Amino acid sequence: MSAGKGATVQDPPVKPVKGRGPTFVTRFLESRHLGWAGLAIGLLAPFVIATPYAMDVMTSAVVFVMLAVGLNIVVGYCGLLDLGYAAFFAVGAYTSGVLSTELKIPLLATVPAVIVVTVLAGVIIGGPTLRLRSDYLAIVTLGFGEIIRITANNLSITGGPSGIYGIPGLFGDATSSQVVFYYAVLLIVAAAVLLAARLGRSRIGRAWRFVREDEDAAEAMGINTYKVKLAAYIAGAIWGGLAGVLFAAQLSAISPASFTFLQSALVLMAVVLGGMGSTPGVVLGAIVISLLPEVLRGLADYRFFAFGVLLIIVMIARPQGLWPHRSRER
Amino acid sequence: MSQLIWNGLFVGSFYALVALGYSMVYGIIKLLNFAHGDLYMLGAFSGFAMLGAMGGLVKSSSLVALFVVLILTMVATGLSGVVIERVAYRPLRGAPRLSLLITAVGASFALEYGTRIVAGPNPKVYQVRLDGTALHVLGALITWQQLALMAVSIVLMVALNLLITRTRQGRAMRAIALDPKACLLMGIDVDKVISRTFFIGSALAGAAGVMAGGYYGKIDFLMGFIIGLKAFTAAVIGGIGNIPGTMLGGLLLGLLESFGTHFVGGQWRDVFAFGFLILFLTVRPTGLLGERVTERV
Amino acid sequence: MLEVEDLRLSFGGVLAVDGLSFGVGAGEIVSVIGPNGAGKTSAFNCVTGFYKPTAGRIRIDGADVTGRRPSLIASRGVSRTFQNLRVFGEMSVLDNVRAGTHLWLRQRVVDALLHTPRYRRSEREGTEEAHKWLDFVGLRGDRAGLVRNLPYGEQRRVEIARALARRPKLLLLDEPAAGLNHGEKAELLDLIRRIRDLGIAIALIEHDMGLVMEVSDRVVVLNFGREIADGPPEQVRADPAVIEAYLGRDADEAEIEAAREEVGGARGE
Repeated sequence: MSAGKGATVQDPPVKPVKGRGPTFVTRFLESRHLGWAGLAIGLLAPFVIATPYAMDVMTSAVVFVMLAVGLNIVVGYCGLLDLGYAAFFAVGAYTSGVLSTELKIPLLATVPAVIVVTVLAGVIIGGPTLRLRSDYLAIVTLGFGEIIRITANNLSITGGPSGIYGIPGLFGDATSSQVVFYYAVLLIVAAAVLLAARLGRSRIGRAWRFVREDEDAAEAMGINTYKVKLAAYIAGAIWGGLAGVLFAAQLSAISPASFTFLQSALVLMAVVLGGMGSTPGVVLGAIVISLLPEVLRGLADYRFFAFGVLLIIVMIARPQGLWPHRSRER
Repeated sequence: MSQLIWNGLFVGSFYALVALGYSMVYGIIKLLNFAHGDLYMLGAFSGFAMLGAMGGLVKSSSLVALFVVLILTMVATGLSGVVIERVAYRPLRGAPRLSLLITAVGASFALEYGTRIVAGPNPKVYQVRLDGTALHVLGALITWQQLALMAVSIVLMVALNLLITRTRQGRAMRAIALDPKACLLMGIDVDKVISRTFFIGSALAGAAGVMAGGYYGKIDFLMGFIIGLKAFTAAVIGGIGNIPGTMLGGLLLGLLESFGTHFVGGQWRDVFAFGFLILFLTVRPTGLLGERVTERV
Repeated sequence: MLEVEDLRLSFGGVLAVDGLSFGVGAGEIVSVIGPNGAGKTSAFNCVTGFYKPTAGRIRIDGADVTGRRPSLIASRGVSRTFQNLRVFGEMSVLDNVRAGTHLWLRQRVVDALLHTPRYRRSEREGTEEAHKWLDFVGLRGDRAGLVRNLPYGEQRRVEIARALARRPKLLLLDEPAAGLNHGEKAELLDLIRRIRDLGIAIALIEHDMGLVMEVSDRVVVLNFGREIADGPPEQVRADPAVIEAYLGRDADEAEIEAAREEVGGARGE
């Protein structure tokens, strides 16, 4: 009890030092072929199991990957805690759902509108709060998530508590085969993952990481931290909104119950568990989190409790996540 | 009109009670304790369990029973707060803020779904229901029970204020809020003071939980989520970290909601409150009574 | 280059800087010295935009930048290091220095998303620039690894390289010699001169009098937020007000002599 007393105030976070050299395995895990390998697994999966139920679960997992990758831009790259990420998911899903059912157009045609609306939402919520200390942002986003959900619940255009149904498929007809839809979603999400990873390795991506590491030092180097944070927030909003379109296409019905804090927390869990800032880690984390309920069906009650405990343990014992971001350069 | 004011003040005193714990913890270690709302929920549930254990005794003298349960619950939730700090937050002191916030979300989750495992997913109904004769004051309908609960809230808040401004303990807390390292050098046992802060804050939330259970009658494992957000809003309105400001913020938020509900409609109450939170953070992030601080580079 | 005019800064009633005026000309090395708490770092923080001055004017190349945000001031060609070392610890050495290239690197988001030739070109340019400045500051050690794994003295070099990669016109160094050993200080002295030879003006806060007297074109002395001397090193060294500031009013002859030794001791080195 008294051993570390007091000293804990100043001690820097303990992070394990990686001393091992590159083995074959680590070299493969860091190679750029990894993404292709992941895509290949996704492409081959329907050949292993293609029951309607399995296709549904797999499609959901892939959509969830997109959400996690989007949140990773905000939380992983830029270090901003967004606890209402489901709000952007909802904004995207509802925008495309309302437009496609009201105007009778295919979902894909709503994408430009979805992007505009999610960017607007990102600016409205990020604009005022990103000037503040980062922990305020966390709770404001939490409140924002609730605002969006309650609004969707109470407006007539969003169908109130029962939501919107009869949303057409991506290309206009809801009857296209599940496998085709799965491949379409897989390719879209793969592109989204690639683009997010590329953002992370660019001038703006580095700026995000500088902001996460030390805002003052970043400012001193001429990085307008406010603008850069807003950019991260907007990028996250776009990814989340587009994931919402895919979600609407998959279910063809959406309701406020799909966009609760629980949903936001699960996405955050995937990012933290996988490794904040690490694309392969986050993808893996998302797949694990979304497939876990299928595996642990009997333990549904314990699942969220375990998630909570796991979050604490990961933060204390392995804050970099299961598959950390590679911070060494080749 | 006066009914609206009274309703606002009544709900506001609950908000204030929960917000105080938020504010104290934030003031001392600059942590937004997301699990704080869940301690309120925990208080409601432990009160429920205790009342159940007392069985027949409760029926005869409900207000006395509720009072005993209140005290016991405060101890229980207070200790839970201490345990959470010890297990989840202390190992991360000095770690990046993001890690701490995520841990807090984890703690909140664990509390909510831990309670769900123990008590089941369905709402519980309190054995004691505080409703009774009402009296008319200036056109407002006020029940004796409301008065009693509000009196308890006020006593607790006054006691807290005395503790913080008049005692050595309170002085140590204020000192740590200013400069934990210097306190360490001055021989103040920082860990112990932080533990106490968590105890007091959590006990207050637990008290609010029991009272809400007794008043509204129905409790469920997610009830802490919204109240946590509301409490934070109250703390921000008043000035987070500032004790009198937080109390004021709680009452103000209660009033705002009461009037908002009346004029905009009940289903928009939460939207209204969180909208205010965002507005306040934009216009005056330090709150009504908070001070402006220049952060050192 | 830099003009500070009647700068004032108060923290809740305490005047940290009280009517400070000084300037740094192009290609000049100006040191700001003074006892602890004299307001040196506060003044630097005002100049670089981290504190908003209570009153006064700060001009860079004639343009008023008083109270603007730090990134804007950096974009006007000012770069700095921090007293208590602010490197991006969890990032690689190269990435740290790349931070300096942010302002001038020609690369848009579209380039990054599509990996256009412009993206590849700018990334290559940024990396070359980073290596160039790491060579310039003489960094020893792993450039691909994390900064926090480097020894303290090397981290200081990384911080200076990062500031230089900004391609500044004016560089502010806040106690660059703090915590360095004798050999490292000698290298720092040489480094500061080489930076000046590139045509970059330098403002320097430093407690090491040897270094200050050796390298500065001009020395500004602060005490209690006020400027008490401004001139070439020899002149400042002999100034009675300066000696008093460092020793106090009641110093006797022997102590003054000792102080003179300390302040002037640089000559031998």
